[in-house]
Amino acid sequence: MSDCPQPRLEPAGLDAWMVRLFDSIEERNLVWLTALAKQCEQALGSALVDLVPSYTTLLVVFDPLRLTPGEVRQRLIELLAGLTPDEAAAEGMLRELPTWYDPSVGPDLSRVAERSSLSVEAVIEAHANREYRVFALGFAPGFGFMGLLDERLECPRLETPRRKVPAGSVALAGRQTAAYPVVTPGGWNLVGRTSARLFDRDREGFSLLRVGDRVRFVPVDKAEFEQQGGDTTPAVSEGAS
Amino acid sequence: MMAEKRSGFFVKRAGPLALLQDAGRFGVRQLGVTQGGPVDLHAWAWANQLVGNAWGAAALEITFGGLQLVAEQDLTVAVAGADLSATLDDSPLPLWRTASVRKGQRLAFGSPANGLRAYLAVAGGFAAEPVLGSVACVAREGLGGFDGRGSRLAEGDSLPVWKTSGSGRETREAPDNERPDYRATAQLALLPGAQVGAFTGRSLYVAFNSEWRVDDRADRMGIRLTGPTLRCRIESLISEGISLGAIQVPPDGQPIALLNDRQTIGGYPRLGNLTPLAASRLAQCMPGQVVTLKAVAIEHALDEHRRFLRRFG
Repeated sequence: MSDCPQPRLEPAGLDAWMVRLFDSIEERNLVWLTALAKQCEQALGSALVDLVPSYTTLLVVFDPLRLTPGEVRQRLIELLAGLTPDEAAAEGMLRELPTWYDPSVGPDLSRVAERSSLSVEAVIEAHANREYRVFALGFAPGFGFMGLLDERLECPRLETPRRKVPAGSVALAGRQTAAYPVVTPGGWNLVGRTSARLFDRDREGFSLLRVGDRVRFVPVDKAEFEQQGGDTTPAVSEGAS
Repeated sequence: MMAEKRSGFFVKRAGPLALLQDAGRFGVRQLGVTQGGPVDLHAWAWANQLVGNAWGAAALEITFGGLQLVAEQDLTVAVAGADLSATLDDSPLPLWRTASVRKGQRLAFGSPANGLRAYLAVAGGFAAEPVLGSVACVAREGLGGFDGRGSRLAEGDSLPVWKTSGSGRETREAPDNERPDYRATAQLALLPGAQVGAFTGRSLYVAFNSEWRVDDRADRMGIRLTGPTLRCRIESLISEGISLGAIQVPPDGQPIALLNDRQTIGGYPRLGNLTPLAASRLAQCMPGQVVTLKAVAIEHALDEHRRFLRRFG
């Protein structure tokens, strides 16, 4: 395991282990974490309840009636010893998210521009002209934490989160970007909106994005956005400082 | 599913919060979908058991009370958990035991007398179509419940139940030692976690030797506890998966116990995890109530939890 540091197993309650593989966020983490998740499915079989991958960790939740924490720990130690990266995961699926960048649906666009000393056009270009990786899904169903953002666009979260962020909102925080699948409270900076349906219970697999996917935001104009079923209702600027 | 639906209850008054809950939504947390399910697993399991339902049947979680239902059929029911002053046609309804409800009778919940959440189970289970494998109702995600969209009960709703083949149901009753007095100070069993060593010695001492007050910032996602300030050398982590009952400590030093509807990942250091039964017990505490934390060994907690699960297996 050349690029993989010593994995650590940490207790997380009586039915879960946290497998910590890394200490920093790197794109290469994905190939290891994906391999680990697949191996867990095989090693734990029907005793596996849930897997929660994130940037550097995999939370493994199991059924304590089928296996004891000690037994699960033993199986994890064994599979970690023989773990090899899943290079297929390095590719990832490419997902394109048609995005209308406009102050009406991206009320923080001008503030992000001011902060970065760029024009609004340059902010849009810097955001769209880049391929992101999905490092984790969480916060809300189908919400993908993607990175890494162009350094110039790095910005803190809002001091007071908005109570209602419209579905489809494309947002920035720190060096991450995301699109909100459903209406939810949220503290990220809104710069536009995508017409893509990010979480759809009628879709096989439900979530458009999966951990490891590659994502591009493709700028579209208002007409195109509407034609693709995008919602042009302006975002309320409530909460924006 | 071969089961057939029939009418069960009509909602005359919805009250502040009544939600349909089965055991929870599993196998989908990698999509960012939360667990859901009853925040008091213990009372929910008993309510189902008393009407002869298998583990996982959907029951109503009634918070604070206020719910009024009218039976549309003769039904066998059981209410377990909090005493929300439930009545059947204005006569007190005994808790923790099977009861018969005749068509047209009114089952009404008043206000909390002991505990916060009652579970109403009906023989056969409430009937709804699963979403992502579960009917657990999570409003924030718009998933589950009777409409599949995460809606809480509303006035005028009809609540169907699955038809049962069972007949001549015997009356069952939970033993006294399974009926908690939720007003008593709860000692919550906590399994120390990996970051416990990052808390200062003084913080660890006070964490387990102080009284914690249940804050009014409490819901199905988490319950905030107020008391002495806990200091951790780690202020925030790279976001990672959060398991049930995790006690996270944000920079303000006031712990939050994370329950069934928690976000799937988060980045605050954790003291450890409440056991599932301790999380259940905390979910019955009213704001202002006092609880204490007690570190337990995993072997002990595991034995207790397995005994609990096997009882309802």
